[in-house]
Amino acid sequence: MELNDFLTLLTAITIAVSCSLLGCFLVLRKTVMVGDAISHSVLPGIAIAYLLSSSFNSVFMLIGAAIFGVFTTLIIDFFHKKLKLQEDASIGITFTWLFAIGIIIITLFTNSNTDLDQDCVLFGELSSTFLDKIIVGEYLIGTRSFWMIFPVFLIILVFILFGYKGLSIISFNEDYAKSLGINVGFINLIFMSLVSVTTVMSFESVGAILVVGLLVIPPATAYLITNKLKRMLIYSCLLAITSCIIGFYLSILIDVTASSIIIVVSGAMFLFAFFIINIKKMLNI
Amino acid sequence: MKETIIYFFTDSVAFKVLIGITIISATSGIVGTFSFLRKKTLVGDAIAHSLFPGICLGFIFSGTKDPFYLMSGALITGWLSVWLIDVLTAKSKLSSDTSIAFVSTFFFAIGSVLLSFISSSTNGNQSGLKDFLFGKAATMSNEDINVFVFLSLIILLIVILFFKYFQLISFNKEFAKSIGIKVNLIEFLLSTITVLTVAIGIQSVGVVLTSALLIAPAATARYWTNNLPKMLFYSALIGVLSGVLGVFISSTKENMPTGPWIVFILFFFTLMTLLFSSNRGWFSMVRKQRINRKKMAEENVLKVFYQLAELGIKNVTYSEFLNKRQMDTKELTNTIASLIKKGFINNDFQFFKLSEKGEVEAARIVRFHRLWELYLTKRLNFKEDHIHGTAETIEHLITPEIEKELLKELKFPKSDPHNKIIPY
Amino acid sequence: MENSSIEVHNLSVSYQNVPVLWDIDFSLPKGQIVGIIGPNGSGKSTLLKAIMGLIPLASGNVKVLNKNLSLVRDQLAYVPQRETVDWNFPASVEDVVLMGRYKKGNLFRRLTKIDKVIAQESIEKVKLEKYRDRQISQLSGGQQQRVFIARALAQGASIYIMDEPFVGVDMATEKTILDLLIQMKEDGKTIIIVHHDIQTVSNYFDYIVMLNTRLIAHGPTNEVLTEENLQATYGGQLNIISKIQSIIKEKEFPLREKGFEDK
Repeated sequence: MELNDFLTLLTAITIAVSCSLLGCFLVLRKTVMVGDAISHSVLPGIAIAYLLSSSFNSVFMLIGAAIFGVFTTLIIDFFHKKLKLQEDASIGITFTWLFAIGIIIITLFTNSNTDLDQDCVLFGELSSTFLDKIIVGEYLIGTRSFWMIFPVFLIILVFILFGYKGLSIISFNEDYAKSLGINVGFINLIFMSLVSVTTVMSFESVGAILVVGLLVIPPATAYLITNKLKRMLIYSCLLAITSCIIGFYLSILIDVTASSIIIVVSGAMFLFAFFIINIKKMLNI
Repeated sequence: MKETIIYFFTDSVAFKVLIGITIISATSGIVGTFSFLRKKTLVGDAIAHSLFPGICLGFIFSGTKDPFYLMSGALITGWLSVWLIDVLTAKSKLSSDTSIAFVSTFFFAIGSVLLSFISSSTNGNQSGLKDFLFGKAATMSNEDINVFVFLSLIILLIVILFFKYFQLISFNKEFAKSIGIKVNLIEFLLSTITVLTVAIGIQSVGVVLTSALLIAPAATARYWTNNLPKMLFYSALIGVLSGVLGVFISSTKENMPTGPWIVFILFFFTLMTLLFSSNRGWFSMVRKQRINRKKMAEENVLKVFYQLAELGIKNVTYSEFLNKRQMDTKELTNTIASLIKKGFINNDFQFFKLSEKGEVEAARIVRFHRLWELYLTKRLNFKEDHIHGTAETIEHLITPEIEKELLKELKFPKSDPHNKIIPY
Repeated sequence: MENSSIEVHNLSVSYQNVPVLWDIDFSLPKGQIVGIIGPNGSGKSTLLKAIMGLIPLASGNVKVLNKNLSLVRDQLAYVPQRETVDWNFPASVEDVVLMGRYKKGNLFRRLTKIDKVIAQESIEKVKLEKYRDRQISQLSGGQQQRVFIARALAQGASIYIMDEPFVGVDMATEKTILDLLIQMKEDGKTIIIVHHDIQTVSNYFDYIVMLNTRLIAHGPTNEVLTEENLQATYGGQLNIISKIQSIIKEKEFPLREKGFEDK
């Protein structure tokens, strides 16, 4: 395996696994569309951070992202609970508005030869992430994209290992969790912040739409094939890794965008699982 | 500004854009109203993403950018996405939002694979396809406009012909089923017009933002009226207004995107309506609460004057008042000032006294309070030490009609549970 | 009351500005099985949620064992309505019952052996030991209800608050649950149950609270369960009350004046 391929794949897998771990709880809590909204709404945050630092500087990006991600959930809540607009509409108008602002900022303030263009917003540029290597002394220590997502991945891992009980009880039965005195609001806040930080850190590589695929598809597949939460988390990571590897080689083979084909592979695996399960059900009856 | 307007009506290209946007926005507003009422607006978002592979397929099969082929492709994948969402939700344990998110990203990814496939196999003439991603409001051709007009007319015709059915299904699906309406067929029609609408919508604002054209006008119109035909009209109107404004704003500067500006203005309309709408808006609610607070304060002050008069104190000072009832001093002085202005209280040096008009008003409030206390103990079996709290509030909102009923039910009582006289 | 399990004082709750509970005032005895009855939409579940501190109160307060809820939270165990959760959640019977051992303090620590033993005992008490590792979606309605009760038992509380535990369960489960409740009562536990089947009220409960937005009556079952009270509970809302409710909703009136409480 070539070094560049290895670096690209490593980035893709780290992003996919981070998204899958968080996505499991989005799927279980039926708040996938809120995750979808967040991944679109962070665009103005990214655009502003990019303007301020005129490169994808991770510190600015992190702050911008966390702010806009949490802001999105707050606006959705405000529309839904205070202004009494139905929930689907609250989600729909909030993320389209923020996404529109992001596009306006990008087209107004960036010129044509910057890295942040409309294509990147939708698809990301996974296959060119290896160009930006970080070299310390004489040693190559990875790509910048990898080092942007890797710390987030570690935080997610720690959060899920230690917060497993809290997350599972809130996902299953939020009222009951409250009745035990568990600080539901606090755990939710951390969770949603992590979702927004993750989408921002993967943004450059996979774009705003395809990141939703990584959040949803592997967890949804795992949810179909297992009845145990721990297995669901592990399976969704394995599914994510498999789709990254298959997708990546396919992208080289037929020369198409890597991030898109990864989602297509992962979606095909989902449909395969769905059909097998339904055929099994029919045969049993 | 004037020049811009003149420009739009004299320049044929710009005028065309305006016509195109108007048709698209009006249609989206109308169709979106049904999606909104059925709480299925996010399906519109999934459809928008799912049209992308269809458009690419249309291009691959026909080799041209003829709107007819692209639209046919879009229609097929659009339908497929609606069907798949239904199947996934019905035949698996996945919730509908997971199914929607799955379908929208999966189809979109297929589309982007097809697009990069097209761009690597042909040279350059696929550029028009990308317009579907972000919309191409500024570069619509005559052919495009003809397609829009044609499709919009079909959509409008379907809406008019099936209006009664759409209304029924949006309002109460179970009931529609129970009276023998073929709900599946009507829902199929509704999804079809939604797919068609989204298909023309993505040309103005692009894949991601199209759902805003469906949601925002309907959500806004919902706050303006309760009547469905009116709601459809308002929704279309709001859509058109935002569309036209968006086109104007984006034309003021070169390279300014039209779609995002339309969405921005739509959001602005929705937010303003939700905040300022006269009956259901946030501020009207806050205002009502403030008026209530003022009314309560005034009535409470009058009541205390009455109670003091019962004890023989007719000329009241601030300190005497505050002995009888705790109240924020600033609120008290403000309230008394307002009562003087209304002629309920007369001011004589440091003494305050009820006017004749004020006496009548105060008696009315005390009567309500005591009637309610009596009602609570007699009818609702409240204990005597627990009635005062509710009566403190309810006295402010008893209407003459409710008073009549209370009097009838309690048979014009003379005194309240604490043996205080009820004034008439 | 000196010996009360739960004391509710001047409690009002409104949902979207419509009063759902109006000046509720009662105290419940310890060590008994208490039924809360009333028609649909009379605020029964809301009352439980208000007691558990899950929803904001418009006025009034709740005392548990004469203390504020936050001080004695571990003495209360809540059994929500079965339909409020998605039973497709990937968890086994044991997983769910172990949730009863989660607390604010141990949320980030591993569960101990003792926790597991307690969970096992709770599962045995509801007679589900055969199903310990079964996925919760594969259980019958009655078994799911028993899982919820086992989870509450695992909390080791002294007061159990159950929302409609007899809804959608088979006869055998109803008997199992009832036997269990009686056993719990003999162990000195207090059980408060929202119930809607009037037929069984006199058999199941020692003490009842009759509710229809306002409190109709409360007391020992044989004293309170009268024709007159039933009529008042189920005979529809009083005309004047419903008119006032709609005025409150329209005009955004508060349920209580600010800073004004009964002394």
